[in-house]
Amino acid sequence: MPIRLEKPWIDFSSANLGGIACHLGVYQLGTEEEIVYIGVADARSRFGLKGELESWSNDFSLKFDRFRIEINMAYRTRHLELLQVFYSDYGRLPVGNLDVDVSSLGQLRPG
Amino acid sequence: MDFTLNEEQTMIVDMIRKFVQQEIIPLEVNLDPDADELDTDTLSRLVDKTKKMGLYGLDTPSEYGGPDIDMVTRVLIAIECSQHRAGLYSPCYYAFGGARQAQLFEATDVQKEKYLYPMLRGEKRVFFALSEPSGGSDPARSIQTRATRDGNDHWVLNGTKLWISGADRADYGLVFARTGGAGRAGVTAFIVETDWPGFNVSRVVHTLRSAKYATEIHIDNLRVPHENILGEEGGGFAIANDRLARQRVPYAAECLGVAIKAHQMAVEYSKIRETFGAPLSSRQGIQWMLVENEIDIRSAKLLVLDAAAKCDNGQPFRTESAIAKLVCAENGFKVVDRSMQIHGGLGVAKDLPFERWFREMRIRRVGEGPSEVQKHVIARDIIGSGLR
Repeated sequence: MPIRLEKPWIDFSSANLGGIACHLGVYQLGTEEEIVYIGVADARSRFGLKGELESWSNDFSLKFDRFRIEINMAYRTRHLELLQVFYSDYGRLPVGNLDVDVSSLGQLRPG
Repeated sequence: MDFTLNEEQTMIVDMIRKFVQQEIIPLEVNLDPDADELDTDTLSRLVDKTKKMGLYGLDTPSEYGGPDIDMVTRVLIAIECSQHRAGLYSPCYYAFGGARQAQLFEATDVQKEKYLYPMLRGEKRVFFALSEPSGGSDPARSIQTRATRDGNDHWVLNGTKLWISGADRADYGLVFARTGGAGRAGVTAFIVETDWPGFNVSRVVHTLRSAKYATEIHIDNLRVPHENILGEEGGGFAIANDRLARQRVPYAAECLGVAIKAHQMAVEYSKIRETFGAPLSSRQGIQWMLVENEIDIRSAKLLVLDAAAKCDNGQPFRTESAIAKLVCAENGFKVVDRSMQIHGGLGVAKDLPFERWFREMRIRRVGEGPSEVQKHVIARDIIGSGLR
């Protein structure tokens, strides 16, 4: 499994969201230029990835037009890994990840 | 052997049982089923309580401020602390203190000031890097990470470590490297700081567990001062091995705690769940599963207490700790599996803790020395040291 999420980007539209299943896993929101949020559909998510992504439909706090997902039962460790890799690559977290405390995040240097 | 609890042990067991039931289990209602950490405020509140109980820092020797408890009592505590959803790998979410790197108690006075005391105060986090891609169960032979002397003052380390917990969030840790030839005498323990150039946590290793994770470390021309050798040059294996045998006993007891909780839940459920007009508990097929659970739990409990008692009495307990680890992990897995089966569909859903326990107990049969390696240790004791 690649360390960075390499799934294809999908346009963020209700039609495309309709095709997403309710699995647990991780997702990213982005624009053509950058990843703006790294999220997780954990076991508390009522409808998994579908539910988490749909919840962004009415949230206009972030600008993005695409998403990509990875179904993964190790959703907690995978989420932490993606955040750490992003931090290693850019020296910061995605602009939307205000919900993550950097001081408690580990330091991964994947090279 | 009499394992009747004395007055103090009875009091401690009752206190921790209440703590788990009143403080820990209610928190888990709102946590993700795979959560392994609490928010800082909640953990601080719980730590205050365990300090008031006089039980904070369970694995810290009393001369360093830990509670003065013997191994039998430590085992009884481990059995109680693990009886909740996250209990196998995050017993009480570490409200009784985190897993300590006990090897640091072997440090020099200067090293203690710099590394041991900040860890004990909870200011710094530490990792332990022994296993490598070439193997973890036989570190004396499998360690390939190499330390080469660079002048009088430094060593240069190169190699890869695998299955290392907490390295990505640690401030420093122990890295075992080969400074001499093959075998035990060629291994030295170094205290390494994680922000030194050449120390890289390269990836998270994803496993059946979705909470606590392991990492892989790449060590590339890492310069370590000579004064950061822990113990003596060539004495690393002895430092690692002595403490590992001791830690294995409460580790085994945690498997037992989860098994006890799973079994209790299965017994209760079998009495209320009806199939074909009668409770599950009336079916012989279910009764026998519960009987097998009971026997697996009782036998494992006697063996882990036997290992703990021998440790407390100053008797050799390496074989006993291997037997305890083997039986608690294997029996615990079987008990969780049967209890899950009795719960049917609910047993495999994330609504109940069985599916997490099942995944984590499966790892327990491999972690800290697989069952087959424990058998090898036991066989060596039976047949003699000639067995390699």
